[in-house]
Amino acid sequence: MSALYKGIFKRDIALAFRQRSELAQPLMFLLMVITLFPLGIGPGPVILQKIGPGVIWIAAILSSLLAMDRMFRDDFWDGSLEQYMLSGQPLWAVTAVKVAVHWLVSFIPLAVFSPLLALFLNLTMEMYVALMLSLLLGTPLLSLVGAIAVGLTVGLQRGGVLLALLLIPVFIPLLIFATSAVDSAALQLPYRAQLAIIGAMLLVAMATAPLAIAYALRVSQN
Amino acid sequence: MWKWLHPYAKPERAYHLCHRLQPYLWWPGVLALLTGCIWGLAFAPQDYQQGDSFRIIYIHVPSAILSMSTYVAMAGAALVGIVWQWRTAFMAMIAMAPVGAVVTFIALFTGAAWGKPMWGTWWVWDARLTSELILMFLYLGVIALYGAFEDKQQAGKAAGVMALVGVVNIPVIHYSVEWWNTLHQGATISKFDKPSIAPEMLWPLLIALLGLALFIAAVSVMRMKNEIIRREYHRPWVKALAASSVGD
Repeated sequence: MSALYKGIFKRDIALAFRQRSELAQPLMFLLMVITLFPLGIGPGPVILQKIGPGVIWIAAILSSLLAMDRMFRDDFWDGSLEQYMLSGQPLWAVTAVKVAVHWLVSFIPLAVFSPLLALFLNLTMEMYVALMLSLLLGTPLLSLVGAIAVGLTVGLQRGGVLLALLLIPVFIPLLIFATSAVDSAALQLPYRAQLAIIGAMLLVAMATAPLAIAYALRVSQN
Repeated sequence: MWKWLHPYAKPERAYHLCHRLQPYLWWPGVLALLTGCIWGLAFAPQDYQQGDSFRIIYIHVPSAILSMSTYVAMAGAALVGIVWQWRTAFMAMIAMAPVGAVVTFIALFTGAAWGKPMWGTWWVWDARLTSELILMFLYLGVIALYGAFEDKQQAGKAAGVMALVGVVNIPVIHYSVEWWNTLHQGATISKFDKPSIAPEMLWPLLIALLGLALFIAAVSVMRMKNEIIRREYHRPWVKALAASSVGD
């Protein structure tokens, strides 16, 4: 049984790294969105430092929305998803593995890039640490909650914009707490409370989202 | 215990129930809404601080409270639909969604119109205003997702899941003025032990609240009747109904 999950894990990782362009495009998008802000708002270091955490988080949310529909799309269209459902294994466990893989392949490149982003937006060391912690706790939440909406829209021909419409309102509280954590760090204040709230949201999502994702996929599969 | 409820899962029974309920919701609703608004807008005493501007609460507070209640009712219908596989529950859900979105818009609009003279600005990014705006986005998301599917049974389930995901926003809106010390004033009428509002101001407000609740229920019931007819138009009972109403 665990061989099944290990197999899915390995397969998804291999697939992600063989479609390198799909892996790289959201990241390039993130980088370019962040480049737009200093050009559009003005390159003053003070104002960049002030808007920096919010800009990085917004760019992370937008790029994750772009990459999100990859999570189940191919499996849906080539029939693998149907096979998972017929396999007799709990679908929520399969989806949990798939979401974990999606998070790994989207978050680790972002983490590798992040010092560059911090440099672009003139973040201090404290702000950078807080930003990384908030991303570490917040991005799995993006993947988990996002997967519910992906599961619902995967069968639609043009689900892309709809996916963003559904998810952006749900992500707003996360954005508020995450940027508030980094803002506190900028003022050298403790930010553990905000991280604790994000962590609590993550735990609730980890407990409930896989079931919702499995239900959503069954609805899409009809 | 709940067995008596099960026949209403059948669209035909649900339609007739809606049809019977409609006048009882419609007329008291309109009456109470008119009474509450006229009493509140014309006869209630002025506020010693805010003057006549406070009278917007007779529209703003009922619509703000009921925008949340309608969402909870919608999510409740979605839950019933998902758990017990009732098609009529999804119809009820989608009947309520646009009504709720409009009520949320009214709450936001009247709040903005009141904010201009009182706070000096149409809009602030205050916790309660923001979460009310998110509530409207959630309604719009549910409606958009429902519209995206050809198969309305599938659409109902999908939109139902999304409605349930959005329900986490409701406690955030309700407690936002207590958790964050924001520009929006604290609750005045939900503190039942010692309401911080004068009774002659409170009564018209409660009547307007009741009126709007009944009005929303009446509109939802009408929309639900339409939804049932639209989805079941090929069934014999709908044809019989149409024939009998033509004969009248």
